[in-house]
Amino acid sequence: MTNETTEQASAKKAYAYTPGLKVKKAIEVSRTRILPIPGEVLVKENEEVDFETNVARAEVPGVPTLLRVSEVLNIAPDVVPAFMVKGVGDSVEEGDIVAQYTPFWGLIKRFAKAPIKGVIEAISDQTGQVVIREPPIPVDITAYISGKVVEILPERGVVIETPSTFIQGIFGIGGERHGELSVVVESNKDALTADDIKPEHKGKILVGGSLVTLEAYKKAEELGVNGVIVGGIKGADLKEILGYEIGVAITGHESVNTTLVVTEGFGQMNMSLRTFALLKDFDGFDAAVNGATQIRAGVIRPEIIIPQRKFALGSGAESLDQGMIPGTPVRIIREPYFGRIGTVASLPVQLQKVDTESDVRVLEVVLEEGNVVVPRANVEIIEE
Amino acid sequence: MSGSSSPIWETDETVALKLHKPKEEMERIIVTDVGSTTTKARLFQKVKGEWRYVVSGEAPTTVEAPYENVIMGVQNAVREIEELTGHNFLSDDGTIVKPGQGDLGVDFYCTTSSAGGGLQMMVAGVIKTMTAESANRAALGAGAIVMDAIAVDDGRPDYEKIERIRSLRPDMILLAGGTDGGTTKLVMEIAEIIAASDPKARLGVDYELPLVFAGNTAVRPQIKRLMEQKFALSIVDNIRPILEEEDTEPARMAIHELFMEHVMSHAPGYLQLMEWTDLDILPTPAGEGMAMQLIAKVERKNVLGVGLGGATTNVYSIFDGRFVRSVSANLGMSYSISNVLREAGTENIIRWIPFDLDKAELVDMLRNKMIRPTTIPHAMESLVVEHAVAREALRLGLQHHKTIATRLKGAKLARRMVGEMMEYRLKSTYIDMMKIGIISGTGGLLSHAPRRAQSLLVLTDAFLPEGVTKLYQDSVFMMPHLGVLSTAFPDIAWNIFDKDCLVRLGTVIAPKGVAEMGEKALNVEMDMPDGRTYENELPFGEIVRVSLGERETAKAILTPEGDLDVGAGPEKPLQTTIEGGVVGVVIDTRGRPLTLPADKEEKRMTLLRWFRSLDLYPKARMTEWEK
Repeated sequence: MTNETTEQASAKKAYAYTPGLKVKKAIEVSRTRILPIPGEVLVKENEEVDFETNVARAEVPGVPTLLRVSEVLNIAPDVVPAFMVKGVGDSVEEGDIVAQYTPFWGLIKRFAKAPIKGVIEAISDQTGQVVIREPPIPVDITAYISGKVVEILPERGVVIETPSTFIQGIFGIGGERHGELSVVVESNKDALTADDIKPEHKGKILVGGSLVTLEAYKKAEELGVNGVIVGGIKGADLKEILGYEIGVAITGHESVNTTLVVTEGFGQMNMSLRTFALLKDFDGFDAAVNGATQIRAGVIRPEIIIPQRKFALGSGAESLDQGMIPGTPVRIIREPYFGRIGTVASLPVQLQKVDTESDVRVLEVVLEEGNVVVPRANVEIIEE
Repeated sequence: MSGSSSPIWETDETVALKLHKPKEEMERIIVTDVGSTTTKARLFQKVKGEWRYVVSGEAPTTVEAPYENVIMGVQNAVREIEELTGHNFLSDDGTIVKPGQGDLGVDFYCTTSSAGGGLQMMVAGVIKTMTAESANRAALGAGAIVMDAIAVDDGRPDYEKIERIRSLRPDMILLAGGTDGGTTKLVMEIAEIIAASDPKARLGVDYELPLVFAGNTAVRPQIKRLMEQKFALSIVDNIRPILEEEDTEPARMAIHELFMEHVMSHAPGYLQLMEWTDLDILPTPAGEGMAMQLIAKVERKNVLGVGLGGATTNVYSIFDGRFVRSVSANLGMSYSISNVLREAGTENIIRWIPFDLDKAELVDMLRNKMIRPTTIPHAMESLVVEHAVAREALRLGLQHHKTIATRLKGAKLARRMVGEMMEYRLKSTYIDMMKIGIISGTGGLLSHAPRRAQSLLVLTDAFLPEGVTKLYQDSVFMMPHLGVLSTAFPDIAWNIFDKDCLVRLGTVIAPKGVAEMGEKALNVEMDMPDGRTYENELPFGEIVRVSLGERETAKAILTPEGDLDVGAGPEKPLQTTIEGGVVGVVIDTRGRPLTLPADKEEKRMTLLRWFRSLDLYPKARMTEWEK
């Protein structure tokens, strides 16, 4: 096969589209809560848990500190063990003498003291270093969502399930938080401004429309708002909030007080009507949010989970992984129609030349003003 | 290309033991690359007695939940090949059938893998610029991403080093330090820091983290005592037995062995994959690096290779026989596109764009590409923006590479004059663009460029080749596949490479140095294959394209003016043979270094003049941008 024909063969493989972000009114949400190292599970199977219930605990080994005894005592490393006052396994308080060197009948006195409270873990006759390890650090894992413990993973954690309304965002910052949903704008096109945010919003999750302004986000943080959900944010404002440019989309560990979930993208972008309407339906309900985003293998998108014990699940939990067919609602996610929402009109089999002169697999989308043809890679299914 | 009798190929005798039938009777080979998002299968087949690439099959990688079994992705990719060819390669239970019988099965199967983030390593040494640097090069050469390099003198206090080691979750550690007969205390100091930090393996706290010790042989017993209980320890020859020598090969081999035994075997589904494959699974960049080495070996030239991916940029150099790889883990065209913006700065990206674009708009465009990485340019302007970003990603990637491809620090500068020593210190990299004979690129942006001249100019603007340089790219992504295959069958791999993979873009002729704009710069005389003579006297600041097809050659005399140099020295003519390509011969008198006009309008017009000259984008669009 020549290069030309191999290129054609390769082009035929270029079938891909961004999987849709989930916007589901009723779905069984399951979250596995895992300790970083083995520990103790604190809840039982079938137990009902709340957002902040501690479900598992572990003790992470304390931080080791190196004490350069040979340097402090000014002796050779290989004789350090002979001058140790404390041995491996001994506990020490900060300031305790760990080793001492008192030659010439005590005329010279040199002491090596523990810089921290901990346990002596190792004494090296090679380097003259002594390792003192701090006490273990307890780590608690909360339930994050309210629901039922459906599985215990011995020594590791639990699986919690709850029928919920579930919405995925496209990008976020900040970690797991929860609070009462409060829709503070009239429509999905409204920007969330500082004037919309009041002291009574402390601890809540605020829903805006097309944008959160820099001032609004700063005020939310100041007033102790737990989360903000909006359609878009300006790239420059995000840099101002974080104090640095985000280079790769791996987020969730930012030290911000207010978790941010962006549903559409960067710039001012109307929140999809369906997402906005759904959030409005649940105004006043408790929700969990997480801004953690990872756009690499094992994609993680920010999420909003509104646990709903009353939902009878069935048809709502269907799988929507069937791909696109005529009539499927889609969002265009690249210029020149970026952000536009429409439905699939047709899915031509033949590759078509687009403006860039590339031959790509395309689809025809019905927009308000007429039909447009866009690369298939540039749409995402709106999962309903 | 001839078979295995060709003298350039070394035969790996152990491969013969793994064959299911004699090599000359083999008919079909499948090679896969289990990428972090997509598993790519390639079918190679003997067609009229010659090994060729036939067809591709691709499927999402299934290393993550809910599948958590990499085999499913491999099966799906192979099934796609089955559908396209009508042959069956999988048995009813989904296993690859070997050896082939008629239309069923294949005769050989091997794979590379970068699923789950590839091989992530931490390296350590005594001196940052000596043994830690050698350890870094060894790990990179083995295809790893180096998460951090710890050294006694890295400027961090002990507690900071400990904190860092504790927070890393590497797949493996490479510890070097000390020449043989050199320091023992400092090696043990860094070893004790690692032991006390008790780092955990990324793929699970329950398994032993592999650690390769490639340092001073005198401390092996002490290292054994300290590390054996905590790590899966492997001791190999010293990476720097003396300061003047660096031997990364034993460490690299140990890394690959441990990658199979300890890392791959803990990834979901890999145990089964290891049973299927006839060769050890290689990290994807190691495969890509081997493909680049194959080019250098066959063409007997210094090669600069680049894999411009969505998340990372790998740069490979084979310079005077020395192979070095660098990875810029956060420079890429989709997942990491915002990081290119961060590292290069908005101005540096905008300077390559020949139309008005607001900075804020550019920032939002790139951020939106980052969060929706699988989208492709639809508007011509989006394509131009991506080409601009690619130039900067590649430029930064090469800049980083030059910090890795350095002369050995600490080696005695015997028999050098003071002047030479000064120069040596200033130019710590040995990469000399004038001595690079081939630049070879791979990656989606290059292979999907609608016009080949676009990838040629992106590579040229980023790497600034000097003298006479051939430019290659791949047609279909299969360098990792051919790289791993070359470890067993270099002749087969090269034949496919030569015939079906490499696209010869052409040759760039670029004098080194600068002159006044419009001043006489270079006289080019070429005897074209049709008997004509091409003669052109080019002023400084231009770029022109001369048609000369793939596998065509032209004898040329290149005469630079003034201080300009095309390889024979300033003002000295160079007689050489120029090879053509799909773009042809590009004569570039824009200067090295290349400086764009400071005035915004003048710069825009200059870019458009160059782009027009190469017929880079549609004429109508370039006219629109000119307004």
